[in-house]
Amino acid sequence: MIHAKINHIDVVVEEGTTILEAAKKYNINIPTLCHYPDLHINSDCRICVVEIDGYRGLKTSCSTPIRDGMMIKTNSPRVLNSRKTVTELILANHDVNCTSCTRNMNCELQQLSKNLGIDTSRFDNVLEYKDIDDQNPSIVRNPNRCIKCGRCVDVCQHVQGMHVLERMGRGHDMDISPAFGLPLNDQSCSFCGQCANVCPVGAIIEKDNTNLVWEKLHDPTKHVMVQIAPAVRVSIGEEIGLESGLISNGKLVAAMKHLGFNHVYDTNFTADLTIMEEGTELISRINNGGTLPLMTSCCPGWINMAEQEFPEILPHISSCKSPQQMFGTLAKSYYATKTNMDPEDIYVVSVMPCTAKKYEATREEFSVDGKHPDVDVVITTRELGKMFRQMGIDVNRLPEVEFDSPFGITTGAAALFGASGGVTEAALRTVYEIVNERPLEDIVFNSVRGMDGLKEAEVNLAGTTVKVAVSHSLSNARKLIEEVIAGKSPYTFIEIMACPGGCIGGGGQPYGTTNEVREHRLASTYIVDGNMIYRKSHQNPDIHKLYEEYLQQPNSHIAHKLLHTDYQYRKKRT
Amino acid sequence: MVERRELTKRFDQINPEQIQDFLALDGFSMLEKALKMTPSEVRDEIRASRLTGRGGAGFLTSIKMDSFAAETGKKYIVCNADEGEPGNFKDRYLMEKDPFQVIEGMCISAYATGAQEGFIYIRGEYQTSIKRIQNAIDESRKHHYLGTHILQSAFSFDITIRQGAGAYVCGEEFALIESLEGKPGRTRVKPPYPAQEGYFSYPTLINNVETFCNLPFIVRIGGDAYRQIGSDFASGTKLISLSGNVKHKGLYEVPYGTTIRDVIFKLGGGTPNHRAIKMVQLGGACGAIIPDELLDMDIDNERFQIFDSKMGAGAIIVMDDSHDLFDIIHRNMEFFAHESCGKCTPCREGHIQLVKLIEKFIINEASQKDYDTLRSLAQVIHDTTLCGLGQTSPTCILSTMEFFPEEYNRRIAYRKRGGQA
Repeated sequence: MIHAKINHIDVVVEEGTTILEAAKKYNINIPTLCHYPDLHINSDCRICVVEIDGYRGLKTSCSTPIRDGMMIKTNSPRVLNSRKTVTELILANHDVNCTSCTRNMNCELQQLSKNLGIDTSRFDNVLEYKDIDDQNPSIVRNPNRCIKCGRCVDVCQHVQGMHVLERMGRGHDMDISPAFGLPLNDQSCSFCGQCANVCPVGAIIEKDNTNLVWEKLHDPTKHVMVQIAPAVRVSIGEEIGLESGLISNGKLVAAMKHLGFNHVYDTNFTADLTIMEEGTELISRINNGGTLPLMTSCCPGWINMAEQEFPEILPHISSCKSPQQMFGTLAKSYYATKTNMDPEDIYVVSVMPCTAKKYEATREEFSVDGKHPDVDVVITTRELGKMFRQMGIDVNRLPEVEFDSPFGITTGAAALFGASGGVTEAALRTVYEIVNERPLEDIVFNSVRGMDGLKEAEVNLAGTTVKVAVSHSLSNARKLIEEVIAGKSPYTFIEIMACPGGCIGGGGQPYGTTNEVREHRLASTYIVDGNMIYRKSHQNPDIHKLYEEYLQQPNSHIAHKLLHTDYQYRKKRT
Repeated sequence: MVERRELTKRFDQINPEQIQDFLALDGFSMLEKALKMTPSEVRDEIRASRLTGRGGAGFLTSIKMDSFAAETGKKYIVCNADEGEPGNFKDRYLMEKDPFQVIEGMCISAYATGAQEGFIYIRGEYQTSIKRIQNAIDESRKHHYLGTHILQSAFSFDITIRQGAGAYVCGEEFALIESLEGKPGRTRVKPPYPAQEGYFSYPTLINNVETFCNLPFIVRIGGDAYRQIGSDFASGTKLISLSGNVKHKGLYEVPYGTTIRDVIFKLGGGTPNHRAIKMVQLGGACGAIIPDELLDMDIDNERFQIFDSKMGAGAIIVMDDSHDLFDIIHRNMEFFAHESCGKCTPCREGHIQLVKLIEKFIINEASQKDYDTLRSLAQVIHDTTLCGLGQTSPTCILSTMEFFPEEYNRRIAYRKRGGQA
């Protein structure tokens, strides 16, 4: 154990503990900026400096291991002046247009400046305005707000293995940008949005679609319906000031109605539908010698990566559209027919935990008639929170309201789609019972739950043991993909989610998404599943009704036309 | 005698491209001697010598070396020949006038620490150095001073040249490693130190050219004898790159403890035209600027330590009274603003603000507040940056504030009087 003093307070911590961690343990707060839990320590911003007796200069507490007998000061005039000066330097190369920034009142730089008591500007502003990259449907990159902390670089390179963002140039001209300063659209960006999630300021944000939604909500000629993804309900609480992981289903529906949506639906319904289609596809590929392993297709971030980087893998990917797109298709076909509405009058909004979903909705092939998109617009969990704030809705005080029909009933299996491993668990519950023609005794597959990046499970299908694998974070996915391409994959079914933890850790989720927060959201997801009356997709009576009334059976001609797609190699998206 | 030529003893005595010339003047005999000792015995001598790094930071070489020797498995030795400090040319001289000595120093170092492979990272502008060192490597290998089973011993070691594409910051050890790995030269956070996790995460020992060249010398006379040379603060000799307004510019080797005035006047012959010396910058662009009154201190006087600065890499740049102080520090800060890798905030954003503040002094627009901001900012950059570049670059500002206060006051007063002289 290490014995040291911080601000004259005795601290005892384990060897290898950083000064920052040691201070935190003793409730001594050291401000940070580039530091982010779960990411590498770059120690670039130099905000967390402390003074140590006998050491040259100041040391960054995030990167300096505490040593026996260290005398550390986190509050000396030299430390406070340095922090303040470094922050002033950042502000002097920033557009400091706080009130017109998405992150106003929710910005780590702003908060830091306030806490440090910065009320004057000693330095001339030296910002040279650069073009804002908003040429794609998902992510906006505003270099004028970038503080070059490197969090986005770390998450893009090390968590996602994408290497789209990098530090370019040097000295004062050092910028964080995609190669050659080109827009994200020209790069192999998956649009996963993890960069936006960890950005402490408004330099990388989602493409804000809230105005488009308001416009349609105020248009009396439009029937505006909204779908909410399973991962949104376990995180929206954080966005509106409640604790992380809080489930607010009925209140959420009520709040959406207050916003003015005509009908509020649950993406879980089409998650169940996805299981029916994808499960049937899996069984068919197993029985008919089709391409295996079958890989999931729900996650548009992963699809983007596959289409751009791994054309060899495309035949392995399930032809199913994602639940979001299946919902959109049904809205503009089944629902329109059922309600005698012109698809043109139906406007479908999705609330997703994901920025890549915005891109997915704009893909040409995802429209019923080539003109009207299945899903008209996508907003993230964060944007939904913004709309609630714009309306002044206090979600917590609203009475519970049920989801609308005809897509009203959903299952626990569908709720699992929000968590990494959830699609697999849901699929296994259904495929097992269909193939083995007997009930699955233990429906919880613990081995595919949790935050491990690579997980696997086994299931017995008609006497054969079948191995399935789950990965989340694109860097983990690469390992499974490369194994498949090399023909060495031992798996029959592979689930891939681009974001850490799956959709609950998506790029459009509330700020402050750390692995600790992800664990809370995962726990909530499993509670939702456990509380459901139906926990297997094939038990969903509304799904049965849908097949009876419209789709006939899984993988029927009409189901294929509406609910399936194909993939193509695209070097660049533009 | 002011000079003591040990590292430079073969300069102009041998053809640097002929290994026979080197061998004739006891070249590689210290490697032979070292190979008869155990690696730890060699390290004992180096520890006893109290040799400090000659690249600028001036830490004890043995500390880095011992911790590197304790590492196991694949490990690398890197000779830092990315000499980029303005006013410094000692490493170029060492490589061009006695390249085999560099190889011998690296071999001794590798033997003492158990490394198998070495790189010499030379800045691309030094084409003659590259040519000479390459020839020295080839010749040494041909004569079994490099390669497998050197001199029939169990010791194997080889060296490859890597060229730097000309970034000042690549002289910083982690920026150098990143560059070796093929990445832009940007530094990394420490710990872990290169001796534990360096080139592609393997333990890596990085030393300056001059540091390596000291090893055959230490082996020759022994660590204790070596320690007798120099001053109370530093042992051995130091190569001094003397330039600026001085009659005999050039490279000189002197024992630590020699005064700056002796170097400038006895070796350099003083200023041409007998103009008064106004300022002398020590160590290079990131070194302290001192007035004539301080030239009697020796080249490693503890007085330098008020700026955490010693002799740096060994430059002495003499400036006579035709020079303007603000012009000099402005040029230095523009240099650092350009050469900063841009990774950490105070260095990236700080230097450009230093330049702007100094410009206010140049155009007589600076106020007392600007002076305070300049001092505070220089101190913060010195205190908080990630690597040695920003930690040392403000030294020239802080030293001029200390030693030339009247220059600052005069400019501030000029503004106060509304521009009246």
